Amino acid sequence: MYVAVKGGEAAILASHDLVAEARRGDESVPELAVAQIREQMGLACARVMNEGSLYDPDLAALALKQAQGDAIEAAFLMRAYRTTLPRFGSSEPLDTARMAIRRRVSATYKDLPGGQVLGPTYDYTHRLFDFSLTEPRPAPSPPAGEGWGERSRDAAGTSPARAANDSGLRNPSSAPSGHLLPQGEKDREPLDSQMPRVPDILGAEGLMEEEAPPEGDPRPFDLTREPVTFPAERDVRLQAMARGDEGFLLGLGYSVQRGFGGNHPFVGEIRVGEVAVEFVPEELGFAVDLGEITLTECQMVNQFAGSKDVPPQFTRGYGLSFGHSERKAMSMSLVDRALKAREFGEAADYPAQQDEFVLYHSDNVEAAGFVEHLKLPHYVDFQGELELIRRIRKEREQRLAEQQEALPEAAE
Amino acid sequence: MAHDDTRIGAGFADPVFQSQGAFRALLAALSEPGLARDLGHAVDAPPGLAQATAVALLTLADYETPIWLPAALRDGPAGAWLRFHCAAALVDDPARAAFAVIDGAAPEPQLASFNAGDDQFPDRSTTVLVQCAGLDGGETVTLAGPGIPGRRTIAPAGLRAGFWAEVAGNAALYPLGVDLLLIHGAEVLGLPRSTQILETR
Amino acid sequence: MTLHQSITEDTKPAYNYAYLDEQTKRMIRRALLKAVAVPGYQVPFGSREMPLARGWGTGGIQVTAAIIGPDDTLKVIDQGADDTTNAVSIRRFFERTADARTTEATEEATIIQTRHRIPEAPLKAGQIMVYQVPQPEPLRKLEPHEAETRKMHAWAEYGLMQVKLYENIARFGEVTTTYDYPVMVNGRYVMAPSPIPKFDNPKMQMSPALQLFGAGREKRIYAVPPHTSVRSLDFEDHPFRIQSWNEPCALCAAADSYLDEVVIDDQGARMFVCSDSHHCETRRAEGHRGAMLADASALHLVEDEAKP
Repeated sequence: MYVAVKGGEAAILASHDLVAEARRGDESVPELAVAQIREQMGLACARVMNEGSLYDPDLAALALKQAQGDAIEAAFLMRAYRTTLPRFGSSEPLDTARMAIRRRVSATYKDLPGGQVLGPTYDYTHRLFDFSLTEPRPAPSPPAGEGWGERSRDAAGTSPARAANDSGLRNPSSAPSGHLLPQGEKDREPLDSQMPRVPDILGAEGLMEEEAPPEGDPRPFDLTREPVTFPAERDVRLQAMARGDEGFLLGLGYSVQRGFGGNHPFVGEIRVGEVAVEFVPEELGFAVDLGEITLTECQMVNQFAGSKDVPPQFTRGYGLSFGHSERKAMSMSLVDRALKAREFGEAADYPAQQDEFVLYHSDNVEAAGFVEHLKLPHYVDFQGELELIRRIRKEREQRLAEQQEALPEAAE
Repeated sequence: MAHDDTRIGAGFADPVFQSQGAFRALLAALSEPGLARDLGHAVDAPPGLAQATAVALLTLADYETPIWLPAALRDGPAGAWLRFHCAAALVDDPARAAFAVIDGAAPEPQLASFNAGDDQFPDRSTTVLVQCAGLDGGETVTLAGPGIPGRRTIAPAGLRAGFWAEVAGNAALYPLGVDLLLIHGAEVLGLPRSTQILETR
Repeated sequence: MTLHQSITEDTKPAYNYAYLDEQTKRMIRRALLKAVAVPGYQVPFGSREMPLARGWGTGGIQVTAAIIGPDDTLKVIDQGADDTTNAVSIRRFFERTADARTTEATEEATIIQTRHRIPEAPLKAGQIMVYQVPQPEPLRKLEPHEAETRKMHAWAEYGLMQVKLYENIARFGEVTTTYDYPVMVNGRYVMAPSPIPKFDNPKMQMSPALQLFGAGREKRIYAVPPHTSVRSLDFEDHPFRIQSWNEPCALCAAADSYLDEVVIDDQGARMFVCSDSHHCETRRAEGHRGAMLADASALHLVEDEAKP
């Protein structure tokens, strides 16, 4: 006899034990340390920090460990922790023009003040397996992913990379917190301390859409504290996208490029590096340095034909993300520009241009919860559907049978 | 007991449970309009605020909810007490208030001067705490509407002339309108906008 | 080695009573009072991220957390049953975070958090029903845009809903919505009763209990005060009707309760049993015996109280 799914507390606790067992895997294989995840899975940690809406590489690494590497589950852990944290206030606005640059590329200019800085990127790696990575290497590793990297940073004139020791873990207490860069990167001096942002260069010429803060420069909306209403202002949209699912935003950004939204974007600039975070405590009245965080900023430059009131100019799509996460920042900046359709009086026919569509569906923690809730029992509702479909079918059969009986008579 | 104007009386000694208990009484008051509920004596209310007014505001108000008070209260110990315990902003414009405290006997301000919400967001309306001379002994008012099986009568005392016409006018705005809490001492009686005033005598 | 300062024993943050911080509770409480004042209207609220997943009851949990106190007795059901996994999980949550006194007995509970059912035992004055709501907007399937549905509610423009229901009737001879069947509250707002079977809709009409609805993911709270009109939408020529079964409960012989269908072998044989597990147990304890009670008892699927 088969029994309906009814489980008690014992079943739930047993399932937690099974999760712990599955998480650990084969015990003959050494257990991962959280520091190893933080140092060696930095891009995964960055994604978890972005979608978890909390800048904390250690917690992101712990979340990934606890979630067996499931990025969305890890982001959920971050969110559920974040929501319980006391709030002391908002930081001062970050100045990305004063970013300590690790990487900076522009697609709109061959060269520009500060130069193009390739930095760490998979862009020019060939996606060939480096089988030498299957075994830990005691010796210093080459800086590029393929194992025959050209030491591009050295060529750019910075100090040579210090040997990064993969086998020895960095002691967290001795390290500058927050940076999501390999050990070698951390020891290098940043490049120019001031590097103009490309849209600012265009802006100086009057060719870039001006973006002034709203009247009175109010504190940005926080969608984790207040419900969103529509149409949503840009601060809400940017916050939602910064927390949004990378894959969802990537797909939407791609749809814009393919014609589902009429933008023609150029990468004005992508920059990756560290930015100081400052906070003004009420009782002090002056800014205190809280430390640095690693950010990726992308500014897309888009055409705009101009309107009756505005001459033709370039418009901006903006993306900002924690850690080194270019794909996320680029996708965000494409969708940010698409969502400005209303402000520019453009048609908003496509999903990427519709704020309700983007904001309601980009949050993967919410989306995952609701999709996965379909696993919960629905047998009460399903019983209603069963009763209905059986009855409608029965009534139909009866009706057909009556018609069959009626037919010969009609023929007579 | 004479109040020292410079002293701010105590708020909840046990904020978590005292505010939970008070909230349940307020929830019951607005769910079943016309039935008086006791909010207890958990705080040292400043002069000008009835015990139930002080408890209700401490339970519901904070830095997100501007409060309107009559000028005499706003500039006195009541204003200081609310600023200290709720961190609430005290506003001059009744239409901006999330909560308001009025003297039921005073001719002003009219209920219509508070925020009635808008048709897409009727929840963004003021909750008006009307301090009156008693929750019985006044003229008999017959109520009907959600929370009331059939009809219910109340007889609050010491309300200004025309007050019930104002309440009826407020109900006519439904689903817009302010929500009222009639208060005397530690007792509160809810009159949400959904309550119809059938008869007054 | 400690990995992160803020999660060591010394600095381990303690959770507030009922998990939510007091500021959040105040925000939810204000929303609840406005919801009660405008029955059936969906009040937007700053829904917090919860340690349970969206879609798994985070709205109901936030409402319960904002109202529960030491004097309460909590009952949690899912599909009508106290022992389904998610009901157990939510009950544990409140036992852990609010030291909640819990019960399976409908009549003992002061707060009943539910997903998809209203208990069979009549609700009483003073009880609070808390419904978990996946989609609070009854018009969402007809109009995906919030900006539009908000206007439709503002102007009480419910023609689209009437048209949809009537199209159903034209095609199938009846309204084919079997759960989350829309209701008109206090003659003003069309409201989603949450995915309860339409069988339960009549229980909402003029109920003596206070009914609160929480949608965590969609960030809406709404309410039906006691003794409030809750009318299922219908037409004069096609009045609203509820589900019925050809046979009574196989365990307790109840002929007037909502039944679940349990497939009992791979030939498709089935039995029908009460979805309200406490109702069924109570009836069996009172001596009511369904046709298959002896078999089910022999297989240790249920306790047969009548047996010595």
